[in-house]
Amino acid sequence: MAVKNLDEREFFFGHKACAGCGGSLAVRIALKVLGERTVAVLPAGCMSAVGFNFPQLCFANNAFITPFAATASVMTGLEAGLRRRGEKDFIVAGFAGDGGTADIGLQALSGAMDRGDNILYICYDNEAYMNTGIQKSGLTPPGAKTSTTPHRGSRRPKKDMPAIVAANGVSYAASASVGYLDDYIKKLEKAKSVVGVKYIHVLAPCPTGWGLGSDETVEIAKEAVDVGVWELKEYENGRWTVNRKPTRPQDLERHIDRQGRFRIQSQYQEDSRNGQR
Amino acid sequence: MRLRPWPDKTPEWTAFEAGYLVTSNGDWRSVRPVIDKERCVECGLCYLHCPDGTISRDLLVDYDFCKGCGICAKICKREAISMRREADYA
Ligand SMILES: Cc1ncc(C[n+]2csc(CCOP(=O)(O)OP(=O)(O)O)c2C)c(N)n1
Ligand code: SF4
Ligand code: SF4
Ligand code: SF4
Ligand SMILES: [Mg+2]
Repeated sequence: MAVKNLDEREFFFGHKACAGCGGSLAVRIALKVLGERTVAVLPAGCMSAVGFNFPQLCFANNAFITPFAATASVMTGLEAGLRRRGEKDFIVAGFAGDGGTADIGLQALSGAMDRGDNILYICYDNEAYMNTGIQKSGLTPPGAKTSTTPHRGSRRPKKDMPAIVAANGVSYAASASVGYLDDYIKKLEKAKSVVGVKYIHVLAPCPTGWGLGSDETVEIAKEAVDVGVWELKEYENGRWTVNRKPTRPQDLERHIDRQGRFRIQSQYQEDSRNGQR
Repeated sequence: MRLRPWPDKTPEWTAFEAGYLVTSNGDWRSVRPVIDKERCVECGLCYLHCPDGTISRDLLVDYDFCKGCGICAKICKREAISMRREADYA
């Protein structure tokens, strides 16, 4: 069990995330694994909004806010600057949302991947632009209701970010979930030891945007893997390995129905079954 | 648990000491987790899964910062954590 070897100290503490926020759990655990010589880099998004409220500073390690589009570029600059100063044994780790990663920050990440910079980029995926009021992002799944999707929810597929990153030939890529912290911790440890661009995409449910109780986020993140809507996998040496097979695909419908953001969708399906649409 | 004590001075500029906390979150709570030591087997799952890091490794809850989300109570396989009405502690 991962609990024993984990650093007892908290590096992301006192933040103003909503109660039960999956993203804050993803950041907290990552910093416990990566340690105090981590420079955290955060673009605009919930994790920077809840972590930096002057003069409250919730990161106990070094941490920076970047312009929304610039996460990976700022990481590149910090890594080069620290190296130039003769610093050793540090990690530059980015924590960007799904919008910050798959949409506006994709070009900066593309540049860093092209250069093969030595950075660890973590996308905490809450499947919408949460900090500004739940707008649809490129990672919002089909059927999910946001404040900018039509009444029946998003009609676009979720961009396959892990595949996009792997296609750029990064050193290491993985998908993870806050519902499987053991697996997430293993991937962070692996990423820590690899040189080059490392990318971890962690599913991090948002009770506020998904229409969940504050106590349900970890459970939902685990269930997403179990029913097969989110895959835990790893990309190394040019090849993907699936770490976990869905164990209860039969519960898919229940998994969808319990999330408020899909409720219009399930109502719609029910109505069309009854011939009302 | 927080790494630094409550500060006694205000920073002069936006780049300053990491982990500088001046406000707490405990008053967000409507329910609070209470750990029953009799039932607890010290597995540490509640400590691991708390988004706020407000259960320490030795299982003390930091009520200054716990928001009462209930994740710890739900993850506990021994049902050792109960969520109690905050009003009863006022
Ligand atoms: C250039 C620019 N455009 C828009 C914004 C406004 N903005 C701040 S945070 C945010 C949403 C971020 O969404 P995501 O990256 O998914 O992170 P989340 O808030 O969901 O954690 C937006 C649109 C901005 N800060 N900068
Ligand atoms: S809106 Fe969602 S992602 Fe943002 S702090 Fe609240 S729970 Fe976390
Ligand atoms: S999860 Fe339950 S049994 Fe495990 S340490 Fe916490 S209270 Fe004890
Ligand atoms: S109720 Fe939530 S914030 Fe409080 S200790 Fe439990 S998991 Fe942490
Ligand atoms: Mg988001």
